[in-house]
Amino acid sequence: MINSLFLINPSGEIFLEKHWKSVVSRSVCDYFLEAKEKALEPEDVPPVIHTPHHYLISIYRDKLFFLSVIQTEVPPLFVIEFLHRVAEMIQDYFGECSETVVKDHMVMVYELLEEMLDNGFPLATESNVLKEMIRPPTILRSVVNTLTGTSNVGDTLLTGQLSTIPWRRAGVRYTNNEAYFDVVEEIDAILDQSGTTVFAEIQGVVEACVKLSGMPDLTLSFMNPRLLDDVSFHPCVRYKLWESERVLSFIPPDGNFTLMTYHVNAQNLVAIPVYVKQSISFFECGSDGRLDVTVGPKQTMGKTVEGVMVTVHLPKTILSINLTATQGSYTYDNGTKVTTLWDIGKLNPQKLPNLRGSLSLQAGAPKPEENPSLNIDLKIQQLAISGLKVNRLDMFGEKYKPFKGVKYITKAGKFQVRT
Amino acid sequence: MSTNNLSYSDQGGTDSAVEVGQETTPTSSNAGAGFGLFSVDFKKNEDLKEMLESNKESLKLEAMKRVVGLIAKGKNASELFPAVVKNVASKNIELKKLVYVYLVRYAEEQQDLALLSISTFQRALKDPNQLIRASALRVLSSIRVPIIVPIMMLAIKEAASDMSPYVRKTSAHAIQKLYSLDQDQKELLIEVIEKLLKDKSTLVAGSVVMAFEEVCPDRIDLIHKNYRKLCNLLVDVEEWGQVVIISMLTRYARTQFTSPWKEDGVFDEHNERAFYESDEEKTRDETEAKPYMMDPDHRLLLRNTKPLLQSRNTAVVMSVAQLYWHLAPKNEVSIVTKSLVRLLRSHREVQYIVLQNIATMSIQRKGMFEPYMKSFYVRSTDATHIKSLKLEILTSLANEANISTILREFQTYVKSQDKQFAAGTIQAIGRCATNISEVTDTCLNGLVLLLSNRDETVVAESVVVIRKLLQIQPTQHSDIIKHMAKLFDNITVPMARASILWLMGEYCERVPKIAPDVLRKMAKSFTSEEDIVKLQTVNLAAKLYLTNSKQTKLLTQYILNLGKYDQNYDIRDRTRFIRQLIVPNDKNGALSKYAHRILLAPKPAPVLESAYKDRDRYQLGTLSHTINTKASGYLELSDWPAVAPDQSVRNVEVIEPVKEWAPSLGKTVKSKPAKSSDDKFYSDSGEEEEKGSGSSSSEDGSSSSSSEVQSILSGRLHILQNERVCPESGSDAESHVQKNSSQTSEESDKSSSQSEKSSSESDSEKKERKTKTPLQKKTVLGLEPICTACLSFLFLLNLSIEVLPVLSKLCPLSLAFPLQLSGPAFVPEKSHDLLHRMTGKGLSAQYQFPRQPCLYQPTMVSVQISLTNTTDHPLEQIHIGDRSPTGLNIHCFNTIECLEPEASVTVFMGIDFNDSTQAANFQLCTKEDHFSVSIQPAIGELLLPITMTELDFRKEQGKLLGMNESSATITMAAENMTSQPISRPVATVANLGMVPSSQDNVHRFAGKTANSGAVVLVTVELRGESTALITINTEKSVMGSMLLRDLKLALAQA
Repeated sequence: MINSLFLINPSGEIFLEKHWKSVVSRSVCDYFLEAKEKALEPEDVPPVIHTPHHYLISIYRDKLFFLSVIQTEVPPLFVIEFLHRVAEMIQDYFGECSETVVKDHMVMVYELLEEMLDNGFPLATESNVLKEMIRPPTILRSVVNTLTGTSNVGDTLLTGQLSTIPWRRAGVRYTNNEAYFDVVEEIDAILDQSGTTVFAEIQGVVEACVKLSGMPDLTLSFMNPRLLDDVSFHPCVRYKLWESERVLSFIPPDGNFTLMTYHVNAQNLVAIPVYVKQSISFFECGSDGRLDVTVGPKQTMGKTVEGVMVTVHLPKTILSINLTATQGSYTYDNGTKVTTLWDIGKLNPQKLPNLRGSLSLQAGAPKPEENPSLNIDLKIQQLAISGLKVNRLDMFGEKYKPFKGVKYITKAGKFQVRT
Repeated sequence: MSTNNLSYSDQGGTDSAVEVGQETTPTSSNAGAGFGLFSVDFKKNEDLKEMLESNKESLKLEAMKRVVGLIAKGKNASELFPAVVKNVASKNIELKKLVYVYLVRYAEEQQDLALLSISTFQRALKDPNQLIRASALRVLSSIRVPIIVPIMMLAIKEAASDMSPYVRKTSAHAIQKLYSLDQDQKELLIEVIEKLLKDKSTLVAGSVVMAFEEVCPDRIDLIHKNYRKLCNLLVDVEEWGQVVIISMLTRYARTQFTSPWKEDGVFDEHNERAFYESDEEKTRDETEAKPYMMDPDHRLLLRNTKPLLQSRNTAVVMSVAQLYWHLAPKNEVSIVTKSLVRLLRSHREVQYIVLQNIATMSIQRKGMFEPYMKSFYVRSTDATHIKSLKLEILTSLANEANISTILREFQTYVKSQDKQFAAGTIQAIGRCATNISEVTDTCLNGLVLLLSNRDETVVAESVVVIRKLLQIQPTQHSDIIKHMAKLFDNITVPMARASILWLMGEYCERVPKIAPDVLRKMAKSFTSEEDIVKLQTVNLAAKLYLTNSKQTKLLTQYILNLGKYDQNYDIRDRTRFIRQLIVPNDKNGALSKYAHRILLAPKPAPVLESAYKDRDRYQLGTLSHTINTKASGYLELSDWPAVAPDQSVRNVEVIEPVKEWAPSLGKTVKSKPAKSSDDKFYSDSGEEEEKGSGSSSSEDGSSSSSSEVQSILSGRLHILQNERVCPESGSDAESHVQKNSSQTSEESDKSSSQSEKSSSESDSEKKERKTKTPLQKKTVLGLEPICTACLSFLFLLNLSIEVLPVLSKLCPLSLAFPLQLSGPAFVPEKSHDLLHRMTGKGLSAQYQFPRQPCLYQPTMVSVQISLTNTTDHPLEQIHIGDRSPTGLNIHCFNTIECLEPEASVTVFMGIDFNDSTQAANFQLCTKEDHFSVSIQPAIGELLLPITMTELDFRKEQGKLLGMNESSATITMAAENMTSQPISRPVATVANLGMVPSSQDNVHRFAGKTANSGAVVLVTVELRGESTALITINTEKSVMGSMLLRDLKLALAQA
């Protein structure tokens, strides 16, 4: 299935290669690099490229290209999903997924890749299983390793893959047994010029951090499961029980994982927590323009809106800007894309933050056809905007009393204001 | 140093020859010292070599890490091969792994040297540890050296019948590797695939289907018998396997079932039920008059894949979606919509693929995605290819009802800064205008407005689209043409200019004044125009010449002259052709008569349609669909057969008890007391005992919280144990009735009462059963063989559960086990003292042999140990300490943290007795004390029963004659002469399986030794009056004679 994998940085340097079948010369990447040259942004590189002898499927993530070489028919999503798993695995092991991290842990990454695929077919992709085979590095361990010469490779033979529950490692033990669940909801919305909602929906995800000894069997139930319209689960969740009783019953993996993602029934109108008043105009004569943006709270359910950020993608013909913000600070980046990032922070209903000033265009450049759209970022703690509430968490199979916690956060997803 | 240098550069030279096209290969390796950069590299590698050859483990490890680092960076490290390959047998696991990595990478280039390592793997293939076997097979099969093909073949064959499902999974992977190395092995490999397809383990299923797809995708006949099993296992297979299985089943279903698309709506729940009830549907006739009935197997597939739409893995969701698209009745396809739309919130690349598939789907089935139209609204932050796909879909979804919303949305897009996208939007508007006649005028007006846009591409695209629209309804639009003629001077994009010229020519009669003027302008600028514009100018000139020759004759001639000497031969050709056609002269008078009809023929309007229109010839979700060309290895989806092939091919003989038992077992797994719903024969006792053991297993759970799985498992084993007693006690009762007092029955009586005690069965219950049994005497006699059969199935079930996720989500349990092994015919309840409570300071331990193949390692004998705390304080940390002989291979039970007073716990351990009756000595430790204990197995416990046919038995026996045969004649008690009692004492003594026998007086039993797997065959031949000949054939002659002695004792009645 997957023949080879190349990791490529944005400047086109191939810094890691791994082959699971016969070696494919790295010159095959030239086709990809060519396509990359053509694309304006790295995101615009087509994910599937057809070359005379191979098919190249790539993803761009965390400023890295993961490029896989395919020789025969295979569902492209299969490969894409796997590549994302690789990136997630690197993130999981080393805290972040970046070129430096991969270069620092070259051998370990290589070993992990070796375990993840056999003959191009995924073998072990569960983090719990992988961690049993190859232990993630910690500062303490790396010190110990250098002193004693022991290794990161698990010296006990793994059992995870053979166990009845492939996603959970055996023999988990903690002194403090804890289970935390974060209900994170994101609002995807498009607002038009007048502030009316063109499109809005709520996406949610339940992230779990479970550190429980033994083989706990958990049941999580919601006060109002009817809100959930469409769901997807971690493989540990028993689907049948969800179907019949609308509870999440599962034996969790050890550590962090995404328990479920959901979509809230779109019938209910989505509460939009902020409103944006904006006016961006360019004058027909004299290469000049004005920008005036105000952000205020709307339906916040009595909570404060934090971490508000406004990103403006300005036309490329903008030469310079001169703005003043009544709250927070703004940065201006005149790179490939001209963007202004206005970091507001907490939203104060008494004194609404405002950003205004003038824009100057390149001399002779025509007036931009379209006003730039604004992307809003925000965060509301202790609130799930859909109103979803966790009812209770029960544990079976183990005797101890775990510490349980649920946290709600609402964020802006793809929240766009057209101007 | 200098000699080293020389040899090194030699090797470097050959390497570069091997690796043609490998950029990293130093091309001028012979230049050696002169090449600065290279010599640094060389020095580094030289010290790597030294490090690898040193004695220090840490140095070697360090060196290997650097070598692997080189490989990862794509540097050539092949010259180190000899130094590396020496470490292949290293004890250090990490070092070994790194060497494996290296070997797999370079073996292909250094074939001869790679052979040195093969013997290590061959040895490891026989290792008792399944993980070592698996990894050896994995590496061995990854070494792409043609010489070892026979070795690989052998290893694969062996691994395919390994006890461990993990090893079998690895063998399935190895099949593909071997096939790509040597296609000639196909036939042999298909045999292995066939065997593995029968495997019931969820671990194996995905991998073997992958191998099937790669090696023999056309052998659909191999799937029949496994079809239902695969459908049922699907939910529990790992995600990647699910994708492969689903796509294979899609192809399968298209060849085996009739189309559900002819008439919708007849299939219903009734059909679903019928599947469970009987096979009577087979008899239904396929006449046309009858409404369509969905094949129950077809329904099974649809039903079992549906839950997977909720998978977190996008590939799985997509594959289910395509399965529904290609297989489900039309009215059911829409259930996949929601899930597909969900995928749009995933990563950009996922969006890309999913949108492509939705684009194809939405052309045929608008209704599916219309409610989700807003999910396809474009954001300014989307990548270009995503934007155009969304546009594509929005266009397909447009209808009378929603067109105004869509057009409003399009208006925003047209203004986008991304001009390519804006151009795409204009095309989309054009498509909407042609598809929905109500809005054609609105769209045209909108497009005309766009003509005054500042951006060139937008204008150009508008012109092109307007031209197409005008062509569709050319009447009453002369003002638009005039408007465009006005704009002509400002438009510079060639395609747009060409389009306007064409329009002028085509409709020159409607704009009689303007057209000649445009031609005049063109005549001026002809030489500086693009080719495409020139061609259209020639066209326009010709058309005008025909309609309005008075005004344009000279102009036309001028343009034709210019064209005659143009640089482009296409234009020269066209000019020549036009001249001949329109300018009358002597030679071609005939043709020019028709010139008007040729040039000004009414032309059909272009059809504006989606680029995804014909993509549905490829299976959705495939690479071929994405790239819109046939990818290599793409398997065509066949059309539905007109008449369904025979359905009975999928029938598998299902043995009734399995079905009945599955639900109750399923529940036990969830550790809820189960109500066994089946026959009264053992339901009363069984139920009671289940309850008892249920509670005890939950106690186990509390005391050994660390190993929940194990306790669940042991709990289950316990239940089975107790259940297995039942038929035994039944036959006990029978022997009571017959006033029989044989010792064996007494013994089993004892043991059964013991088990009753342990399972805390109440007295009244016992009485009840005693009174019942005589009544059922006949039934008992008749049922016993069946009962044994179903018990052995239970036992198998139990093992298969072990590999299924414990709480399998409604997966009808199926049987999983290599064919050879069978369940024990009988399990003696005799337990032996391991540690008396007096010597154990209050801890007492008993052991018995449950006669199960060991879960930990196939070569081990499993031993069940019951520990009881008879003290008044809890005992902590009970575990196994030192053992002797030191090499003794024991799989210890997990440490029991705490055993409360009066509590007891049952644990399992595995001991590899190495096929000898030598006692296993070890220490049983608590927190404070150590007690030396020993387990001495009876010879019969070292065996595992196997099933074989009589024919096989004889064949095997034929091989084991002479020294391998030992026999004795004994006198038997008369009551032992019937068949039943003979098999029982034999089964009591040794863990052997019955072999069906065609002769009444000959009884055969077969088994194999746990460690070496040597076959042990026992024949008991009854000869007339109370004499019998016992023959034992086995290559383990010592074991044979010991077994003979034991059997003699048991049968001869002392």
